[in-house]
Amino acid sequence: MTEGVALLTVFVLAVFVGFEVVSKVSSTLHTPLMSGANAIHGVILVGAVIVAGTADEAGVLVVALIAVVLATLNLVGGFVVTDRMLEMFGGTRPPTAEVAPAKVGGE
Amino acid sequence: MIPVWAQVCYVVAAVCFILALKGLASPKSARRGNLLGAFGALLAVVVTFFAYDIDNLGWILLAVAVGAVPGALGARRVAMTAMPQLVALFNGVGGGAAALVAILELRHAELLSDGALVASAFTILIGSVSFAGSAVTFLKLQELMTGRPITFPGGPFVFGGVLVAALGLGVWTVATGSVTLAIILALVGLLAGVLLVLPVGGADVPIVISLLNAFTGLAVAAGGYVLENALLLVAGTLVGASGTILTRAMARAMGRSVSSILFGAFKGGSTAGGGEASDRPVRSAGPDDVAIMLAYARRVIVVPGYGLAVAQAQHTIRELVDLLEKRGVEVGYAIHPVAGRMPGHMNVLLAEANVPYEQLLEMDTANGQLRTADVALVVGANDVVNPAARTSPGSPIYGMPILDADHAGAIVFLKRSMRPGFAGIENELLFDPKTTLLFGDAKASLTALVTALKSL
Repeated sequence: MTEGVALLTVFVLAVFVGFEVVSKVSSTLHTPLMSGANAIHGVILVGAVIVAGTADEAGVLVVALIAVVLATLNLVGGFVVTDRMLEMFGGTRPPTAEVAPAKVGGE
Repeated sequence: MIPVWAQVCYVVAAVCFILALKGLASPKSARRGNLLGAFGALLAVVVTFFAYDIDNLGWILLAVAVGAVPGALGARRVAMTAMPQLVALFNGVGGGAAALVAILELRHAELLSDGALVASAFTILIGSVSFAGSAVTFLKLQELMTGRPITFPGGPFVFGGVLVAALGLGVWTVATGSVTLAIILALVGLLAGVLLVLPVGGADVPIVISLLNAFTGLAVAAGGYVLENALLLVAGTLVGASGTILTRAMARAMGRSVSSILFGAFKGGSTAGGGEASDRPVRSAGPDDVAIMLAYARRVIVVPGYGLAVAQAQHTIRELVDLLEKRGVEVGYAIHPVAGRMPGHMNVLLAEANVPYEQLLEMDTANGQLRTADVALVVGANDVVNPAARTSPGSPIYGMPILDADHAGAIVFLKRSMRPGFAGIENELLFDPKTTLLFGDAKASLTALVTALKSL
């Protein structure tokens, strides 16, 4: 099996997994789920790092580094904002805690 | 070829992503799911530094820091009401990153297979559509531009033309592998993204964010194909597929179809709620009168909307509800699936104010209780209680499931002004003889109600 066909196989299987994992979800969780999925595609950071790491001229490096910044923003911001949304679902915090404690996010 | 141990780590990361999405689909495991996803991403990025021959390490780490710090701080600090536009922003930059990566890969196009060339053209186009589309949704949600659909004569033809141009350019880029053509393709993609989102009405914007999220996922997946990186392929595809399902589910919750959201405005739905009706008389009252109405009701259903969130009044409404309950009034919150600006947004906001979960009624339960409620207290909501969704087929929100506040014995609106809601349409319920209006900022009005109630 050539590399291309192997990747195509992976793609098709991943489509079905993607359909399956979110098939039943209550509307309450639509927003966090979208936000979480949004964070996951921030893993394009891997691609940006690879390109920046193999850049051989200044122009290419600059553009690749922009991609790294954008992808990191997506990845880190995405997971942190999702965590912040979900933090509220616990409902066990003291009633006075209007401002969430300054905690560094998971990433 | 990357080392086997790294490929194994990538598989572990991919499994984390699958379990993350699975976890996010249920309230109990959601937070754990998200953390698992973050762990998977961290693992994947760290492994990449060791698995590939990475030069320019200092620069890359600096760039990561430049992205990570504002990302984390922004996500922590931004008001919960501004969350939808933040998600749009994060989604857009992800799409932009994917497009840039694909453009750069074309610099050694002669090494790429035909499949990889097609995939990179796809990534460039879809990534830039997502970037520009998200930017427009950000502007709409941040109210830096109008939330109303923007259409112009011949709009559909212009959009069609741009799509044909993009397709042609895409084929040309694949045939030549030219970076210059790829950049033009990206520019056309940006234009297509703007044209795609302009005609979408403000109330439908969250669904478009979800759609663009799925787009970015697919762009990342195609980018993974170009780089022959299976992890990117799996992660992107998962997001693309689950995002598609989620978009449809969200649209269904609003009684819309995705195509009617994207192209509805083109068909000339009469969205413009002309000012003529606004001159009609309404009944308004002071806080004391409304407090009496509430205090002597048996059952009050609160319908919270975006206005409540904007005024940061979730804590005040809770105080009011506590007072009413002390007087023996039965109170519940009727939560429309899209109350706020996104599905589930209002649940998050009320949870922040420690409103007990049992008081949050989903739409079907709420509509049952509204029938027997003495007062429906509508705080900063408008479109989600507009009976036009049931009664006037010409209305842009016709068919959207609504909360039947009009079935309650009396309706009290806390409103800032007579301005129509986010969808830009007049609400007949405001002129109903059963309706009383209390004008003012939601927080100020609620505070006045609390004071009035205490002195009864």
